[in-house]
Amino acid sequence: MATAELEDILERHRRDPLQLLQILIELQAREGWLAPDTLSALAVALGMPRARVESTASFYSFLHTRPAGEYRILFSDNITDRMLGNMALMQALCDKLWLQPGKVSEDGLVSVATTSCTGMCDQGPALLANGRTVTRLTPERIDEMAHLIRRRVPVGDWPPEWFHVEDNIRRRDVLLDHGLAPGQALAVALDRGAMSILGEIERSALRGRGGAGFGSDIKWRSCRDAWGDAHYVICNADEGEPGTFKDRVLLSSYFDLVVDGMCIAGMAIGANKGFIYLRGEYRYLLDRLETRLAQRREQGLLGRNILGRGFTFDIEIHLGAGAYICGEESALIESLEGKPGKPRIRPPFPVTNGYRGQPTTVNNVETLALAALIAVRGGEWFRAIGTPASTGTKLLSVSGDVERPGIYEFPFGVSVAEVLEAAGARDTQAVTSAGAAGHCLAADEFGRRIAFEDVATGGSIMVFDASRDMFEVARNFAHFFAHESCGFCTPCRVGTAVNARLLDKLAADHGSPYDLDEIVKMHRLMQGASHCGLGNTATIAIDDMLAKFRPAFERRLHSPEYEPAFDLDAALSQARRMTGRDDPGAHLGDNRGALAEERAHAHGRATTTGVQGAPASAEPVSAKDLQP
Amino acid sequence: MMRIETTDASAGGAPHKLKVATVSLAGCFGCHMSFLDIDERLLPLLELVEFDRSPITDIKHCGPCDIGLIEGGVCNAENVHVLREFRANCKVLVALGACAVNGGLPAQRNHLELADILQEVYRTGHGLAEGSRIPDDPELPLPLNQVHPVHEVVRIDYFLPGCPPSGDAIWAFLTQLIEGKDPNLGPGLLHYD
Repeated sequence: MATAELEDILERHRRDPLQLLQILIELQAREGWLAPDTLSALAVALGMPRARVESTASFYSFLHTRPAGEYRILFSDNITDRMLGNMALMQALCDKLWLQPGKVSEDGLVSVATTSCTGMCDQGPALLANGRTVTRLTPERIDEMAHLIRRRVPVGDWPPEWFHVEDNIRRRDVLLDHGLAPGQALAVALDRGAMSILGEIERSALRGRGGAGFGSDIKWRSCRDAWGDAHYVICNADEGEPGTFKDRVLLSSYFDLVVDGMCIAGMAIGANKGFIYLRGEYRYLLDRLETRLAQRREQGLLGRNILGRGFTFDIEIHLGAGAYICGEESALIESLEGKPGKPRIRPPFPVTNGYRGQPTTVNNVETLALAALIAVRGGEWFRAIGTPASTGTKLLSVSGDVERPGIYEFPFGVSVAEVLEAAGARDTQAVTSAGAAGHCLAADEFGRRIAFEDVATGGSIMVFDASRDMFEVARNFAHFFAHESCGFCTPCRVGTAVNARLLDKLAADHGSPYDLDEIVKMHRLMQGASHCGLGNTATIAIDDMLAKFRPAFERRLHSPEYEPAFDLDAALSQARRMTGRDDPGAHLGDNRGALAEERAHAHGRATTTGVQGAPASAEPVSAKDLQP
Repeated sequence: MMRIETTDASAGGAPHKLKVATVSLAGCFGCHMSFLDIDERLLPLLELVEFDRSPITDIKHCGPCDIGLIEGGVCNAENVHVLREFRANCKVLVALGACAVNGGLPAQRNHLELADILQEVYRTGHGLAEGSRIPDDPELPLPLNQVHPVHEVVRIDYFLPGCPPSGDAIWAFLTQLIEGKDPNLGPGLLHYD
């Protein structure tokens, strides 16, 4: 890379090591990958150890420390994409380009692989082409894409309709029909003042829309009261939960309300600076959002002296780079500081020690939009909607086996059945109520209500009809978490991998009831022992599916007795080839036969060596114990 | 869950000594050293158990046992045979330590091709004697393509993580198991790395 270009990027980021991730994203956008020399030059320029630069560069899925091709095609691999046939499309593209999934073509032209849910579940199958979202894939589009890649047509010159992203709003309520002009909520809030707004938020009983449902007034007040050199507002737009896409629609079509909400939060907690952490998958929104922020600055709705009231608040947008864990607020802050997105040890919580160690409030996109609405309409008005413990409305991203996938705004307390009815679901077998990380409901639970006190959700509702194999749903989720675990703590790093391998073992016809028991045990272990919410929730849906759709798993059991996870004799193949051996010692027989033989030997030894005096309980006593 | 029966009706209900076998497969014997860290508690332990196959007794093959402790993962054909011997003979089989539970340090070779490793170590690496070749004596066990945790080869009843699990953890685990309980180590004893 030319030094001048690097200098230019560094200058724009104030040579601030905390901007490392943003710098790396920009460098890669120019170069296609992050070469070792680039990383070294960056380490010198920022005055940081090279290992720190590399630890960030290697943490994020969308950053490549090895060449990944001029064209990098990533198929969204959520279960909803699978149900729409993404695997066949990926194979078709690979066949046409003469390459294997996950490998770069020999001429360095292209690589094709999968990525976690890109948030286009209502218009999938989807993919990212050099980071740009392509929706509604068809065999025809794949054909043409292979053609365009081979002819080296830049992604920017591909047919524009491929990049079209629909809002698909199917039901509007108070939020999606807010009827407020840009800045209107902010003007009202500035009139009323911080304490009055905090009072309204408290009266509204607004709870965080990311899924955890923490009281927004408590968060804002503790942040306001915390001592610090500066306070920060962060809008969590790292919408990574598989099956959710409502924040995309809010950013796309309700951005002013979100920005008003951020400014109001800033006023309430005493902050002058806010960040939007935008997931890398939504990169296509960035330029539009930046433009709108610039317009708002010109209109006096952002920046210095907002609306002439002496309030200063500005917003910077930071991009993520393909890491689900960054939706966790402390991991998000780490990422915002240019580091790998690994959750911090809490306490202290971000409200006292957040971005740059300063008091920081991290709110979901939807929460901030609702806060703006509450500033205008009042807390009492808001609290009249929904249920006493879950006030207001909730945006639901509905996808899967429904006639009308898209965004549904319902007051809290709506039943799952009503949502299914509205979306045109038929013959529904199961619903995942909070993405891959939440509970899975069976048909007899569809009368339950969507609310923090019953079916809690961040908004991802995926619907599975009777034709779907719930085992494959569980396997998709297990692989998602194995990929997205940040690796910091062993229970999650190993547990998610063990779960994925156990389900693969079942899929490969090596399964036994033992493996199902292990999945249940792993659920208990990870819930208790993981460092953060990712590990705590990674097995909830799988455990539910195992309990509620057990036949789907039992169909996969090959044997009532334990089976090894792999072919033992084949595992000696390379050693046999390298040594030229083929004697009996160079082979491993079938496990059950070998175990029976071992037992016969053991009894022989016990008799001949006179260990008959061994206590009776030491003898294998029942057929159950005899199982290998 | 497998539990140990502590009384034996046919022996008139009197407590008897349980038989314990231990082995290190693809491990470093660190877990066994940690086992010895129970120090003087070895004496009361010996009131309760008798060792069968174990580095402590040097018995070469195990007979019927109550508890088998496996240190290390599975890296070669001999490990598979030994593990099968333990599974066939032990009523309760325990994966002891990080390598048995996860493959551990030896599994670091899993991202390399075994053929490439053998080639470099015996044929092309530095400092090799002239004519050096890959050993092919039938007496030697062949290495597996990859190193596996023990639960991928036989059924495992308990996993005791740690590199190594502390002497206190091993003591707590064994005494609870011997008392017929389902071992449950709380914070402080249970750790993973």
